[in-house]
Amino acid sequence: MRSIHKIEIVFMILLMGILAGCGKDADSAKGDSIEILNVSYDPTREFYAKYNELFAKHWKEQGGQDVNVTQSHGGSGSQARSVIEGNEADVVTLALAHDITAIEENGLIDSGWMEEFDGSSAPYTSTIVFLVRKGNEKNIQDWDDLVKDGVEVITPNPKTSGGACWNFLAAWAYWQEKDGNDEEATKEYMKKLYQNVLVLDSGARGATNTFVENEQGDVLVAWENEAYLSMEEHPDEYEIVTPSVSILAQPSVAVVDSNAKAHGTKEAAEAYLKYLYSDEAQRLAGENYYRPSNEAILEEFSDQFHLDMNLVTIDDFGGWDEAYNKYFNDDAVFDQIYGQ
Amino acid sequence: MDGQIVKVKNKRGVRVIPGFGLSMGVTVAMLGVFVLIPLASVFIRAGQLSLREFVDVVTSRQVVSGYIVSFSCAFFAAVVNTVFGLLLAWVLVRYDFPGKMFMNGIIELPFALPTAVAGISLTYLYSDKGWLGAAFDKIGIEIAYTRVGITIAMIFVGIPFVVRTVQPVLEKLDRQYEEAAYMLGAGRGYTFLRVILPELFPAVLAGFGLAFARGIGEYGSVVFIAGNIPYETQIAPLLIMTKLEQYKYADATAIALVLLIISFVLMLLINSVQIYMQKFCKD
Amino acid sequence: MSKKQEKTFQQDMVGDGVHSIQKVIEPHQQEPNRIVKYAMIGVSVLFLFVMLVIPLAVVLVNALSEGWAAYQEAVMDSYTINALQLTFLATVSSVAVNTVFGLFAAYLLSKFYFRGRQVFAALIDIPFSISPVIAGLAFILTFGNIGWMGDFLKAHNIKIVFAVPGVILATIFVTFPFVFRELFPVMNAQGKDEEEAAALMGANGFTIFRRITFPHIKWALLYGIVLCAARAMGEFGAVSVISGHLRGKTNTLPLHVEILYNEFNTTASFAVSSILVLMAMVILILRSLIERKK
Repeated sequence: MRSIHKIEIVFMILLMGILAGCGKDADSAKGDSIEILNVSYDPTREFYAKYNELFAKHWKEQGGQDVNVTQSHGGSGSQARSVIEGNEADVVTLALAHDITAIEENGLIDSGWMEEFDGSSAPYTSTIVFLVRKGNEKNIQDWDDLVKDGVEVITPNPKTSGGACWNFLAAWAYWQEKDGNDEEATKEYMKKLYQNVLVLDSGARGATNTFVENEQGDVLVAWENEAYLSMEEHPDEYEIVTPSVSILAQPSVAVVDSNAKAHGTKEAAEAYLKYLYSDEAQRLAGENYYRPSNEAILEEFSDQFHLDMNLVTIDDFGGWDEAYNKYFNDDAVFDQIYGQ
Repeated sequence: MDGQIVKVKNKRGVRVIPGFGLSMGVTVAMLGVFVLIPLASVFIRAGQLSLREFVDVVTSRQVVSGYIVSFSCAFFAAVVNTVFGLLLAWVLVRYDFPGKMFMNGIIELPFALPTAVAGISLTYLYSDKGWLGAAFDKIGIEIAYTRVGITIAMIFVGIPFVVRTVQPVLEKLDRQYEEAAYMLGAGRGYTFLRVILPELFPAVLAGFGLAFARGIGEYGSVVFIAGNIPYETQIAPLLIMTKLEQYKYADATAIALVLLIISFVLMLLINSVQIYMQKFCKD
Repeated sequence: MSKKQEKTFQQDMVGDGVHSIQKVIEPHQQEPNRIVKYAMIGVSVLFLFVMLVIPLAVVLVNALSEGWAAYQEAVMDSYTINALQLTFLATVSSVAVNTVFGLFAAYLLSKFYFRGRQVFAALIDIPFSISPVIAGLAFILTFGNIGWMGDFLKAHNIKIVFAVPGVILATIFVTFPFVFRELFPVMNAQGKDEEEAAALMGANGFTIFRRITFPHIKWALLYGIVLCAARAMGEFGAVSVISGHLRGKTNTLPLHVEILYNEFNTTASFAVSSILVLMAMVILILRSLIERKK
């Protein structure tokens, strides 16, 4: 009989644990402290860890409450999905506008979020560059070198990694420009490019790992900030090559209106994103290898970034909806490239 | 004799052992709450597709190739795990040697290691620059980023299944039968095949089924070591992720449903064999 | 006949008559036996070494690659400790739930013959055959915003997914069949004659279970619990879908590992993985100690 009691006790403890878990998340306390949940994508953690402190100080000085920011990181697409499915983010800071639009379409974000903040609600930007091994043995300078025989390319799959869509579009833009918008010719180049792809990882980090730790391939097509992170982790082993044409990668931010309203955090959430445009925050972004959207501060980082690159933007592709349907949807261009 | 009476009662369908109602109740309730209700949600979501759409999704070329990769690799991995699992269980139960405790102790470790870490470590080892991969590369075998790599990852995550299903049965196995067989002049191999294996067979089969099923569903570790090249090394769970990334919940659940149904039928077969064997042996 | 053999022979006069004869036969078989034995041990060791020990060594080598101080820092980080607590809670919950379930279900399916037992057993196995990603998604499609219970839960301010209860549910789900799977073959092999005899003698259900069934299955139960605990600690896929990755709140150790890794913090991520390896080791050592008492 004693063992039955033991089981009961274990269950009671469990039940209490579960209830305590429910209670803790129930609502963010009003009054002198406030809680914001920032659902972000993978490599932004260090930036936001520092930014959160900066903002907490700023908000307090403005006469606000103590603000406590909880961070959530993961693949951009799956993070967006979690918000749609019920992860109660107050703000989202994701890798591409397409993911935020998906949240908008589910009615959680008011339309027109893109105009809410400057620069299409992208407080910092990045671009797509090549990471090559020290010495650049295969002499990779531009996109054309990536389709040569015997060059092995590492890039993630745009269908599983939102961030990798930028890689694809950057390459597309280059050949479009070169061939005078001949789409069939561009497709042929893209096909060759992906034939040279040795490993098509599911995420950007996986691709970096394949290239850096497992020493696969000759060139990694990567976000500029992530390329710098690899260089930082392995100094003197890699070089960054900037192609002549690339794309302006715009990680977007938005307040998740319906959640923020329900939590009573809308004001703070808006201030949180707005403050990303302050000089301090812009400088912090630069230090974390993101390109500040503030031109003057971007200039301060001119030795770090190649500012003379020819950058197309997503608007040149008619915006994300159009680009996604044309290139990445099922049976769209990307699937066709692998199709035959 | 006692057995006689019991048998007669059984035939009339009277249950002698108490606790049928209680255990039935608890089993059904817990199975319902923890497994069947969530599962029903998956079915409901997949049901949002018309039959035509459903068929289109699950028979598209990429998806079919994903199924083929997943099933073939999982099958080979399960076969390898069955052979070595049986061997390991045998060695651990029947022999004494230094280091046995340690060997017995680490069998479950593949479960405790997060699958992503397992995948990263295995890729590191088996890529053509890795410790083991380099050796294989010299003799012209590529492991990482091929289907062989996928199979290796699936073997890793499935190691404990066969060992741990066979081990308890082997421990309880009465050695008298074997000894009797030797006495009657049967060779080792013959004894094993004819006397021991039939006793172990249900457990081995169960272990095989579990390892196979685990392999089919495995995502975290495989995704690192597979090259993920469409039509070559894309596994079915990766295609589910691809669909989710496009917010196509119904498509994703449709792909999953086919995997699930195939595994379910397989499990049903295995369980039937197991239960049949039990009846067969006891009667 | 040597003295020793005579002795065993005499012992066997009252015994089963098997050992003495075997003792006589044995010397002929000893030689090939030994070769077979060592060959089998050798192959087993090699398999475990290549498939298991080396990958684990990679984890440990990477964990310590930046020295002990960096390792300590990663392990003592407050987010790591939060994650550890949650992993612990989820593991204990799933072991408790699944042990209760496993005992009842294995008893039901091995001691009673009824139509549809195979279906039951196969249904219990479903969590194994379902992709972990879909397992997590199943709960979201039930309890999440887009799930059919979503509105009800929201109206009553109950949070399941993207909160601790969801993490626990997902862990229970993926480890659901473990204890049952270990118990079932043993109980099946044992049959039900003993229980039936006891029942006919008038023992009640609990006594039958405690006195007759349990002694047969205690080692299998131990294996089941250990498997369940190990798998619960390491579960990644399902929990990843359902947790929302809230740092310090719904991150389990495996999720924390992934996040560190994605932040280009490779060493720390391997360091945290090594905690899981150590935790598993502790459980496994405990099991060996209990087994030794046997």
